[in-house]
Amino acid sequence: MTLLQVDQLTKSFSGLRAVSDVDVTVTDGEFLGIIGPNGAGKTTLFSLLAGQLPPTSGRVVFDGQDITGWPADKVAGAGLVRTFQLMRPFESMSVLENVAVAAHHRHRSRRAARRHALEVIERVRLAEYVHAPSGSLPTAGLKRLELARALALEPRLLLLDEVLAGLVPAERAPIIELLREIHADGVTVMFVEHIMAAVMALSERLLVMAEGQELALGDPQEVIRDPRVVEAYLGEDYA
Amino acid sequence: MTDPTSTATAPAPEAPPDRGTQRRTSEVAVPLGVMAAVVVALVLVYAVGQRATDLVTQSIVTGLLLGGVYALVSVGLTLIFGVLGIVNFAQGAMLTMAMFLVYEMTTSGGLPVYVATLLAVPIMFLFGVVVQAALLNKLTLAGSHEGPLLVTLGLSLLIINVLLMIFGGRPLRVPGSVDGSVEVFGAVASYERLIAFGGALLVAVALLLLLRRTSFGMSIRAVSANAEGASLVGVDVRRIYALTFGIGAACVAVAGGLMAPFLSLTPTVGEQFTILAFVIVVLGGLGSVTGALLGGLVIGLVQTVGALYFPGTGSLILVFAVFVLVLFFRPQGILGAPQ
Repeated sequence: MTLLQVDQLTKSFSGLRAVSDVDVTVTDGEFLGIIGPNGAGKTTLFSLLAGQLPPTSGRVVFDGQDITGWPADKVAGAGLVRTFQLMRPFESMSVLENVAVAAHHRHRSRRAARRHALEVIERVRLAEYVHAPSGSLPTAGLKRLELARALALEPRLLLLDEVLAGLVPAERAPIIELLREIHADGVTVMFVEHIMAAVMALSERLLVMAEGQELALGDPQEVIRDPRVVEAYLGEDYA
Repeated sequence: MTDPTSTATAPAPEAPPDRGTQRRTSEVAVPLGVMAAVVVALVLVYAVGQRATDLVTQSIVTGLLLGGVYALVSVGLTLIFGVLGIVNFAQGAMLTMAMFLVYEMTTSGGLPVYVATLLAVPIMFLFGVVVQAALLNKLTLAGSHEGPLLVTLGLSLLIINVLLMIFGGRPLRVPGSVDGSVEVFGAVASYERLIAFGGALLVAVALLLLLRRTSFGMSIRAVSANAEGASLVGVDVRRIYALTFGIGAACVAVAGGLMAPFLSLTPTVGEQFTILAFVIVVLGGLGSVTGALLGGLVIGLVQTVGALYFPGTGSLILVFAVFVLVLFFRPQGILGAPQ
């Protein structure tokens, strides 16, 4: 079943096309990796899907609903949730409160929201920091908090923007494991990442973007052997 | 932008010492230091101030009572600033508007002043919501700073002149409410001022509890910390903005109604409060509700005790002297986070 359908999505910034005629279809339950050189339009694509930027043209259909031009909070409410490469917690609030704000969208009562937030915090293994001010978390903790806030919304589609960036290899493995679990629980994932080992380990399909456009899309092993991809993105070392 | 309530949760024992904990320490130490400084200053006034003890006590009582209401006006201002980033120049004019609403309901409607105040609160709240939703949301969301500033300045001129048109410039009085007074340590405190003080603190504390203990308050704080992040976790930022401005307006409605019995009303009566509230908000730390509470009491004291030495409007000079000193030595205010 198709969960997300993106038709001819375009975003121009004063003439410059950051995202240009992108067509993607994401199936329910799939794990789609997205790679591309800096400036390829990956993050802009996420901003368009999440409702943070209005597209110049094109259409986004999520779960059978045309959500083009919806405001971010409504998109998040519908179950399409993104995370940020640079973590932006509500610094003055505790870890629990950060997650509870998100959980409130699904649970009307304060108590239920807090209970749900605690479950999610447990799930991303931040329990020891539950009452700590979020601004005091180390980088790996902030990544987990970013995931927890997104998960508290009980997303159907999760857009992950470089969740591994800024982590040392030892810190990556447990996060990759966590992503696997989240996916196994039935959450569909779109995963922008530069760490190729993680992309190859997790992705079921791989989308390569360059200069705002789709360069290749398909089986990860095949896509990274595509000469155009090798040339445009991975460089000669990989070929 | 700082958190409007300056969170009070304790860090987990496992959490290493960090800037969060350090901030927490200063959150307690600085206000305590300020209170200690105020007490020392008052003791000095008693000891070597060369003023009659009764007179000093009276000034302190009057100052604290007045400071409570200042605090409430400032709480509304600081909340609007903390959450929306708007410097609301119309805060004083909205205060005046609330007073005239109360005046109209007591004179034409024949209602007791405090009942009229209760009725003015939802009216001003709605007014605030409409102002934000209709005039300001677009500018605020576009990240404009000077836009909202100009709109609120224009709004204040509009309110003042409409009031002038309807009521004229003659000073008016709200019919007497609760006559009489009590003695506190030999100083006289009228019931009206005591009620104003108690009511103002009650509302301010209720607001703090709303921000800290309810889900709605948590959403407000999330928007204050990071509006974009809040929208991505499903918070309707426009709605929070409108309601927050409404709450700020409701604060001045309470303050206006509580002060109406002992002020003579003119369409510009609120203007002095705009200035004072700005001083208090900067003193307390931009965006900090508890800071505004503390700042209100301090400025109330500075004004009345200062009047012992600088009679008349001279005491305002002292208020501004405090303002300049704060800007110089602690620009982030008593409870503001260092930049």
